[in-house]
Formats: sequence, C-alpha cells, structure tokens
Amino acid sequence: MTEALTDTKAQPFIQIRNLNKTFAGRSGRGVAANATPQTVEVLKDINLDINQGDIFGIVGFSGAGKSTLLRCLNRLEEPDSGEIRIGDSVITSLSHNELLAFRRKLGMIFQQFNLLDSRTVARNVDFSLSVARKSKAARAARVTEILDLVGLSDRRDFYPGQLSGGQKQRVGIARALANEPIVLLSDEATSALDPQIALSVLDLLIDINAKLGLTIILVTHQLEVIKYACRHVAVLENGRIVEKGTTQDVLTNPQSDTMKVFVKVNNSMTSDTWREGEGI
Amino acid sequence: MSGFEDFLSDLFSLKTWDVIWPAILDTLVMTSVSTILMAIFGLALGTVLLVTRPGGLRPLRVFNVIFGGIIDALRSLPSMVIIILTLPLAKIIIGRSWGPGAVMIALALTCTPMFARMVESSFLEVARGKIEAAKSIGARNWEILLKVILPESLPGLIRAFTIAIIALISVTAIAGWFGGGGLGDVAVRYGYTRFLTHMLVAAVAVLIIIVEFVQVGGEAWAKHIVRKRHL
Repeated sequence: MTEALTDTKAQPFIQIRNLNKTFAGRSGRGVAANATPQTVEVLKDINLDINQGDIFGIVGFSGAGKSTLLRCLNRLEEPDSGEIRIGDSVITSLSHNELLAFRRKLGMIFQQFNLLDSRTVARNVDFSLSVARKSKAARAARVTEILDLVGLSDRRDFYPGQLSGGQKQRVGIARALANEPIVLLSDEATSALDPQIALSVLDLLIDINAKLGLTIILVTHQLEVIKYACRHVAVLENGRIVEKGTTQDVLTNPQSDTMKVFVKVNNSMTSDTWREGEGI
Repeated sequence: MSGFEDFLSDLFSLKTWDVIWPAILDTLVMTSVSTILMAIFGLALGTVLLVTRPGGLRPLRVFNVIFGGIIDALRSLPSMVIIILTLPLAKIIIGRSWGPGAVMIALALTCTPMFARMVESSFLEVARGKIEAAKSIGARNWEILLKVILPESLPGLIRAFTIAIIALISVTAIAGWFGGGGLGDVAVRYGYTRFLTHMLVAAVAVLIIIVEFVQVGGEAWAKHIVRKRHL
C-alpha cells in the first residue's frame, strides 16, 4: 500500500476510498427485473470515513446502493475497484483465508434475522464461536454471557420458531457479537419489526455501543432510526454519496434531494406517531 | 367351491408364502443396500451440483453445465436401459454381472441421478440469507454445507429421500430379469408368466405395504423435525 496510508494513528478507523461496484443488469441485487440487460453502477466513487466507537447511519431510498455498500465492508459483495480499510487491515486486498478470519471480527445483523431454525438460541450463538474454533468451555461461558447481555437468558433452549421478531433480532445480535467484533454491520435490522420493538432493539445497540465502544454501521431507509441512534450519517442516491455529516446538521439543513424528501415526509408526521406504532 | 374361495385359499396357502417370504427378504435386502448406495452418491453428487452452480459456494460454470447435463441424460434413460448399461460396471466391481449383488449396484445407479437433483433442489430451499449470515461470521464452505445447508434442509431432504426409496422399490421389480429375485420377480415369473393370480396379488399386496410403510415413516420423521423446530 502507499506510504501515505501507513500512519494509522491520525486516521479514521474505517476508510473507504474510491469504491466502485457494478452489477450485471440481469441478475443484480436490488435491480428491477425488467432493467435493461446492461451493467448497472450500484456504487460510484464512494469515499467515506467512520470513526471508532461511532454509530454511523447510511440512509437512502431502496435501490440507492446502501446495502451493497455495507456488504462491501465484509466482502459479501466484491467491489470492482477502490480500497476499504478497517483498523490496520486493508479489507479489499485480503486473501480468501484472511477474509474468513477477518469476518470473525465483523458482526452483521439482518432485516430477516437469518437465524438457523435447526438450532436453539444458545446453539445459534455457539455457531459463531465454533466457527472461530473456541474451546468448549470458553464457548459455553461466552454463550451464557452474551445471552445475558441481550436479555435472552431465559430463552436459551428455545428454537427461533418460538420467538417473536424482537427476540429473534436479539439472537441475531448475540450471534454477531459472540466473537467480540470490532464493528457491527446492521442491514435494515429494525425494518421488519414493530416500532416499539424496533426502538428496544435500537436501545440495545446504543447500550452495546456505550458499554463496549463498538463501532456500529446502520443501513436504513427509516429516518427515525437515524434520528434515534446515529451520530453521523451518509446519504446515498443512485450509488453516490450526496451528503454526509453529523446527524443534526444533515437533518436541520438537508442538501440532497433524498434527504429533503425524507425530512419533509418525517415532518408531516410527529415522531410520537412512530413510537405509538403508526408512523412508518 | 367357488373360484373366489379357491383363490383365497391359494392366496393364504403355505405354498404361496414359502415363495413370498424369501422374496420379501430379497426385496428388503436389495432395497436397503441400494438405498444406502443411492443416499451416499446422491448426497455427494447433489452437493457438487449445488456448490458449483452459478452463485454457489464455489461456482464452476462450465463444469456445472456439463456435469448437470450428464446427470439429466442419465435420468432420461429408462431404468431397464440403465441397468443393462451398468451391469458391466458391476462385473468390474464385484466380478459378476448377474445376481442380487450386481443388481443392487445397478439399481442404486438408476435412482442416484434423480436423487442427486432432488438433493440439490432441497438444498436450494435454504434461504440465501442464512448462508450469508454464516459467511458473515467467517464460516468456511464445509461448515456452511454441514452446519447450515444440511440441517436447515433436513425435512425437505427426508421427504425427497422417501420418494427416492419408493422409486427404488418400484425399480427392483425389473431386477428379476437379472437374477436379483424379490417380489417384483415373483409377480412376473409366477403371476404373469404362469397365470398364478394369487401369487401376483400376494406379491403386489406386500409391495404396497412396504411402500406405504416407507411413505408414512418418512413423512412422520420429517413432520417430527418440523414440529420440534416450531416451524
């Protein structure tokens, strides 16, 4: 890597530089089925810095590329060009085995939870630990500890099929945190939940951020999530970052079309309606 | 005595069942051994199909098309033809191209391509998100296969397996031609060739019972798993 990038002290924890990604139009994720069979540029020249311990929001309309951007961070999507750096590691140049090892340091949670129906709550969490080759005793202790943290100790022998949506997402969070990651990636993690439940899950994330100093990146299409949880935000529009800054600046003085629409829609409802479960 | 009473007394006569009992045993042994072979090879080939397909864990486009093409070509051949084609293989493996042993290998080969495709499609039922979640925690491909795809698809896999076993039982009827014995053989040799209707009926009745037993057993097993998981 270039000499200029070797001094990490003064640098942001996560750096994304000139990131580009295209999809073949036919099979692209998030691309309409009737799109022209040409390549679609999903991410165009993304540059972004995220500080350690931040709760960072990535917001945009559906199809803006925000999930793709998030998935580039653990290379569930392979970027076409550009560089991603997390801590001292250059994600974009890791070999396959290095990538597998590094993914154990990145937790990820999903809109559809993606728990294993064949395993109990405790064994879902244990899956992460077994992948990381922890000892049996360490695994058992960690499962108990982490289920306690997410408030599911009394559900450890339940199957996901027996849990509510909020409880499922807590299991998802426990699984993601089991190996003590340095970053938590959240892909619309609260979008499938009832508003009150979504709030309690966000509260849990905020709590974890405070307790563990964990950097959290939240992808969402809900302005309420940004308002409630994020300190910084980047706005994506057609694969480009059109606006970024502190949540307060972006909300009070929106520059991009996307953000103006978001704020306008949001102002037409009070934030209380969201809390009461009617707003979203 | 009326013809029907004659038929009944023939049906339940010791002479009939002296033939049927060993045939049941032959059928069960043939089916069991070929089922085990089919399960092993079907799971292996189905996994290869799954892993190498576009978007799979280890995509190999050209290989997948050719390999899938061979599997489908084998599926399109009548069982009888496959058995004839594979008997020389049996000769290489067990030194004989006739008798129960040879037929078992041929039977397994007849049903394996179909079962491989069924395994692949059961595996494909596993939600993509679960596989991505496993990838996101750094799971290796074999861990994704053994700890995610296999257990998550188990109910569907068991149902597919049940159908495949029953297909196998029905093909064992042809095995008689090649000295395999069994209930199908009895039905053809005694029932069809010698017009002994009671033998035909007895053989068919036992075959139906075996098939129903497999079907009910497989379904109950799959249901048990679904219920245990509260799906």
